[in-house]
Amino acid sequence: MLEAILLTIITAATPLVIAALGELVTERAGVLNLGVEGMMIMGAVCAFACSYLTGVPLLGVLAGIAGGAIFSLLFGFLTLTLVTNQVATGLALTILGLGLSGQIGESFVGIPGVKLQPIIIPFLSELPFVGRLLFAQDITFYLSIALVVCVGWFLFKSRTGLKMRAIGDNHGSAHALGINVIRTRYLAVMFGGACAGLAGAQLSLVYTPQWVENMAAGRGWIALALVVFASWRPWRVLAGGYIFGAVGILQLHAQAFGIGVPSQFLSMLPYAVTIVVLIVISHNRRTTLINTPACLGKPFVPDR
Amino acid sequence: MRIELERRASASSLFALVSPILALVLTLLAGAIMFLMLGKDPGHALYSFFIEPLLEVWSLHELAIKAAPLILIAVGLSVCYRSNNWNIGAEGQFTMGAICGSMLPILVPQWQSPLVLPLMLVMGAIGGALFAGIPALLKTRFNTNEILVSLMLVYIAQLFLDWLVRGPWRDPKGFNFPQSVSFSADAVLPELLESGRAHWAIVFALVAAVAVWFMMRYMLKGFQVTVLGSSERAGRFAGFSSRRMVWFSLMLSGACAGLAGISEVSGSIGHLQPSISPGYGFTAIIVAFLGRLNPLGIIASGFVLALTYLGGEAAQLSIGVSDKVTRVFQGLLLFFVLSCDTLILYRIRLIFSDGRASAEARSPHA
Amino acid sequence: MTDAQGPQAGSLLSVEGLTKLFGSFAACNAIDLSVAPGEIHALLGENGAGKSTLVKMLFGVLQPSAGEIVWMGKPVTVTSPGEARRLGIGMVFQHFSLFEALTVAENIALSLDPKIPLAKIADEAATLSRAYGLPLDPNSHVADLSVGERQRIEIVRALLQNPKLIILDEPTSVLTPQEADKLFETLFKLKAEGRSVLYISHRLEEVQRICDRATVLRHGKVTGACDPRTETPASLARMMVGSDVASVEREAEPSLGEVLVDVKALSVAARTPFAVPLSNLDLQVRAGEVLAIAGVAGNGQGELFDAISGEYPVTDDQSIRLRGRPVGRMGINGRRLLGAGFVPEERHGHAAVSDMSLSDNLLLSRNQSDRKAFLTGGMSGVIRHGVIRQATQRICAAMDVRKSGEDPAAGSLSGGNLQKFIIGRELDRQPSVLVVNQPTWGVDAGAARRIRQALIDLARAGSAVIVISQDLDEIFEVATNIAVISEGRLSRPYPAGELSLEKIGLLMGGVHDSSSHAEGAHAH
Repeated sequence: MLEAILLTIITAATPLVIAALGELVTERAGVLNLGVEGMMIMGAVCAFACSYLTGVPLLGVLAGIAGGAIFSLLFGFLTLTLVTNQVATGLALTILGLGLSGQIGESFVGIPGVKLQPIIIPFLSELPFVGRLLFAQDITFYLSIALVVCVGWFLFKSRTGLKMRAIGDNHGSAHALGINVIRTRYLAVMFGGACAGLAGAQLSLVYTPQWVENMAAGRGWIALALVVFASWRPWRVLAGGYIFGAVGILQLHAQAFGIGVPSQFLSMLPYAVTIVVLIVISHNRRTTLINTPACLGKPFVPDR
Repeated sequence: MRIELERRASASSLFALVSPILALVLTLLAGAIMFLMLGKDPGHALYSFFIEPLLEVWSLHELAIKAAPLILIAVGLSVCYRSNNWNIGAEGQFTMGAICGSMLPILVPQWQSPLVLPLMLVMGAIGGALFAGIPALLKTRFNTNEILVSLMLVYIAQLFLDWLVRGPWRDPKGFNFPQSVSFSADAVLPELLESGRAHWAIVFALVAAVAVWFMMRYMLKGFQVTVLGSSERAGRFAGFSSRRMVWFSLMLSGACAGLAGISEVSGSIGHLQPSISPGYGFTAIIVAFLGRLNPLGIIASGFVLALTYLGGEAAQLSIGVSDKVTRVFQGLLLFFVLSCDTLILYRIRLIFSDGRASAEARSPHA
Repeated sequence: MTDAQGPQAGSLLSVEGLTKLFGSFAACNAIDLSVAPGEIHALLGENGAGKSTLVKMLFGVLQPSAGEIVWMGKPVTVTSPGEARRLGIGMVFQHFSLFEALTVAENIALSLDPKIPLAKIADEAATLSRAYGLPLDPNSHVADLSVGERQRIEIVRALLQNPKLIILDEPTSVLTPQEADKLFETLFKLKAEGRSVLYISHRLEEVQRICDRATVLRHGKVTGACDPRTETPASLARMMVGSDVASVEREAEPSLGEVLVDVKALSVAARTPFAVPLSNLDLQVRAGEVLAIAGVAGNGQGELFDAISGEYPVTDDQSIRLRGRPVGRMGINGRRLLGAGFVPEERHGHAAVSDMSLSDNLLLSRNQSDRKAFLTGGMSGVIRHGVIRQATQRICAAMDVRKSGEDPAAGSLSGGNLQKFIIGRELDRQPSVLVVNQPTWGVDAGAARRIRQALIDLARAGSAVIVISQDLDEIFEVATNIAVISEGRLSRPYPAGELSLEKIGLLMGGVHDSSSHAEGAHAH
């Protein structure tokens, strides 16, 4: 029973962690992309379509990643090349993503999908308890953990990561030093899109292997809150993702048990918890100020 | 090839006018391409999407019904966005306004009086304003991001409505349908004209738009909104309080959305049910931007967006495309509006490989 | 005079006909310049003469519209700062290109070969900084460092690349005189090693002291090349400004009236992680007095302005008095109604909103003090645009504000003209107290003179004026009394005539009077 609950928590947390990590990198480079929900749902529909048409779920994962990344380019072109308002453009991306995915996915509604099969790691998966939990998962789970490690290393140990943080801190100075601000930001935005797409693929191939319109159900927005919660640090995204995942799953179990609280109130829990967490995190202005990338959301036009 | 921007000395008033039109044209072009890809005749599709609904009296009434909430909400949002407060939870405030306003006809249906309707409208506006007060409180008190809070509250409001109409407020004689009792005649927003369904909500919307336009253009309060939105520091220097502005702008937009919510329920639906809006609160964001955050512009853009809803319904029947096309159109429109607005502040130049190619364009008097 | 004209054999860097156009405006117009190996070469010119644009082209930040750069005898195109560094050009920017959230070593690493590990960079930086007398801790965060220390990072960063030419853009504008002396020693060391220095400044005295040759710019053109040591300050100034700028007129012994501003034991905690706390500040200004507050940037000037203006009211109502009334907890408009006027340092986005018209910007600071004239309709506050536009024209005429059109956006005015408008906006009310932060920062000489004269005239007419400034020339020109702010503490005031440059330097560096002395001075 406990194992079953933990397994579902992992499945629920994985897309949050992946999408939030992508957005974390984007925001570290100084770009605020509020379109995570839209990129996620595009990833979900691309992944489902590809895996359904080819019968190979792994190709679906790739399609999800590509779908999210290409869709994020639209946001990149507007905010980076045309210097549009990042908040408004992010909203536009979400609105368009919801419409476009509904349009693309119309013919897939109600069709059972192909579930992404777990990759069972020999020996390790036979360990008592943790074996089944951690070493008999599908590829998206392994990727989520690998991404946490890689993003942490990239941002704080690699020189390119240093440049990216520098751009987020002060894009004018970075430009004066000869760092290509726009190109780096394009890459960061696309990485964010690819991660959101991968998270979407997990939703339509693992979490509920089918296509349901609007199936991201606000997870993209929760991922955005997670980045604030994690104060822009990868390992805290991992922790936060599992807390949010657990809240979401436990409310489902509570509903199943019928603890006397109407199901709607239990369904509110993830959203209410997000608000509470935001309050707790934002309360300390000092730490928020120090951690927030100073150029987050600000437009940049290089003088030439 | 790459694209470079050069800031104009001052905002171009020509492009301020041309840009929304350009955006509309580009959206229509993109729409035509989309219909082609769906295997439909683009001319016919666009005609049934955007022209047909304008040809009959009843559908003009429907247009007014759909435009009313969009304009009302967008006018409130324009004040928010101008003051740099990003309320994107109007859908939730719309829902809460509908719930608060419906308390009277649902809980005390026996009270019949001409006072019922005005009280309902006031309660709806207050409900929306108070619900928008939550992100305002959290932003001023705890420095919490209002974008995320207002959005999370949308889900909470919708689930709350769902609980009400399936639980305590369900009509006991309603054959177990999830909906409340139907409102009595006193609680229904009357129709404007003999010829169709359009009700008073469109009047509220137009009055609100003109009032907010006057405030923004001629009153110190509007001046405060613009100053604090462009620079909080300059606002502080002027002695304006950005805290109070957070409250003012969010509560004003919440009240507008709440009023739209109760008007919709009372005028168009006549009872509460789990779904009372086809996403008006989100579409109003597009309306606000397409109207360039100017209340008079918003009147025009509200009708344009209402047309996409109506056209979507019409096209579903006449050419057999899904209602998702509407959402795609709306998203595309917002994208093109934002892109075209770049032209107001910047000159855009295409650079072909060699940097020197642009030297001529940069020469004096270019 | 001719030796600096045109490229020549043996010069490290020479520039011919270098031009930069922004739209139709020529920021640099056919500049010729040459720098010999092992010399300290001055680039002189007042604000807006095109110095910064020129060096940005040399360093690859901007691309020239026309002209040629010759480096060690070969024509080159400097496409990026990285390219400039590869050639052997190092740059120390005026507005530092540093990253507050990163450490010193990380900041330096950003401009070096990515293959060198961070630990090695930290070691080298520490060693090098000691060798040149510029001590630095490579692991500290830039946000915690003083302005002088930040400049050291820039210099060490440039030196680590072993450059043949180092460009310094107005390096002493943020230093105390003593810190500047230390910098000069470093420059002489570099010169002795055979490196060249391009030294950009508008300060004649230091150019005469350290530079071998000078090229003078005005309005984007070269107006002269000379050996500064054979010139007089007056002749250099003529080349720089184009004509003799009249000095301001003032009385020798102004008669002082009652105390109009009285600040006692003012302490303010830091509001943000990057702010300077104010501790136990005392100051008094009398009618007819100009009190100048000198100090290096970032020592609490902005915070002091916030407290006195009431943009951020303080907790103790009694700690600030205006015309005898305690106002510590009062907001900025309450203080304006008592007759005070305020001019903050930053013009764009603080004193003015750039995309708003001048008349809207007039309403910005006077929406309550002139409520009766500018608004109508009682509580609803309907704006009388016509009246405000008339007042705007009056102010522009009085202060000789040059503008395009009737009521243009504030952002379209030049720095000097906008500043004249912002000061004129307050003077138009004839305030009994005026507090100005950096009145002539980034303003051309003519506008600066006019502004300074206006401040003196206001005091002469019986108002109390506080001028917060980093510009010592300006301070000695306008001040009746001078106090110095350092690390959020304020020295006692000294009569302007009694203060030597050396003494003021010590005070700016944080060497305070003994406390008993200070208390004695404030006993009344």
